[in-house]
Amino acid sequence: MNLDSFLKDNRRWTALTLAVLAVGILWTFASRAPVAANTGGAPPPSPREGFSAPDFTLDLLDGGQVTLSDLRGKAVLINFWATWCPPCRAEMPAIEKVYRSFKPLGLEVLAVNLTDQDNEAEIAAFIQELGLTFPIPLDRSGQVSARYTLRGLPSTFFVDQQGVIRSVVVGGPMSEALIQSRVEDLLKETQ
Amino acid sequence: MLPYIRLGPFLLQTSGLALLVGVWVGLTMNEKEARRLKLQPDLVYNLVFYGLIAGLIGARLAYAARYLNAYLQNPLSLLALNPNTLSAIDGVLIGILAAFIYGQRKRLALRPTLDGLAPGLAVFMISLGISHLLNGDAYGAPTTLPWRIFLWGEYRHPTQVYEILAALVVLWVVLSRPFGSSGSGLNFLFVVALSAGARLFLEAFRGDSLIWPGGIRTAQVVSLIVIIISLWLMRAWSRSQIQPQAHTVEVAS
Repeated sequence: MNLDSFLKDNRRWTALTLAVLAVGILWTFASRAPVAANTGGAPPPSPREGFSAPDFTLDLLDGGQVTLSDLRGKAVLINFWATWCPPCRAEMPAIEKVYRSFKPLGLEVLAVNLTDQDNEAEIAAFIQELGLTFPIPLDRSGQVSARYTLRGLPSTFFVDQQGVIRSVVVGGPMSEALIQSRVEDLLKETQ
Repeated sequence: MLPYIRLGPFLLQTSGLALLVGVWVGLTMNEKEARRLKLQPDLVYNLVFYGLIAGLIGARLAYAARYLNAYLQNPLSLLALNPNTLSAIDGVLIGILAAFIYGQRKRLALRPTLDGLAPGLAVFMISLGISHLLNGDAYGAPTTLPWRIFLWGEYRHPTQVYEILAALVVLWVVLSRPFGSSGSGLNFLFVVALSAGARLFLEAFRGDSLIWPGGIRTAQVVSLIVIIISLWLMRAWSRSQIQPQAHTVEVAS
């Protein structure tokens, strides 16, 4: 195949360029996204960016319950962790620091523990040792981590005020700057 | 979809691995093509290598500049090995600029060098499609077609597979060197135009398009502009074709 001669023919090349332009414009218009895709309400629940965060209700470590959808209107950081996971433990102080700084601005943190693979006494001791002040929901059945199709720990989901996941970070430990930058993005959208 | 592989305590991102393999195979093909074009293969290799390094550093610095407050409080986070804190578009632009400066300093002739990079670029586009398939990015719109795949809670177009197939076709075209082997730069421009054409066509089946008012998909408009610029440049460069001997490389002393 040698298109060189085709390229040197001014008329044919101009015709080709115009044809490409016309077909491209037509295809762009013909394949416009349906209006519903843009304004059709909340996206379906799925554990990835651009989708609604799957809802859950879980018991809290220090009593009571939390339901994710009740936090609508707040920016929410959902962190999945376990005490036996070293990077999970390592990133907790950074999460705590960002939580304390941004809670007055509308940040909520849910550090969901994979309790079906953990020990409640060890969880309580760890929380006390680090002086963590955010809520610790307990996923005793493993159903919530299954809904979020976790493939590694820690996994962190940054959820905006409409309940839509804006970013996902798998693995850790996350740096404080990473957490803060994602939270700033969420709160900017909230304003 | 297989976004991560656990290796003991480590979580290996398969999409990143696919991109690394793509870069490695692409660099190997670039070296072969450089030899064919009588360019110095190690200079072409270095051009891409320095471009990648500069792109990575630039991507991290650009991200830090966007969140200056966070990084001023934690400057060591600049060194974190986390791909989540990279600004991709800035990184690509800085990488291209660094490669261009390197090429100028080493007096690499622009058009033959671009032709030398064409096969590597085509291979990288295949690896990009594979990385999307592995991590579920660039997913398709919902469909009822028989070849649909179940992803993110719905049956969807396998747009990642379409992307890989299109990139394979582009690679086949570039390896057939439709504009000869003279190092005119036309083969590179053709790869760019074809890749943009594939994106223009396939974007219609995507479920994650960035959409402008009226439902217009941003990527299609950008692709169309890239195609027209590429075709215009091809015409301009074909009028001022250089002779094969004229691009012998001079290495700066």
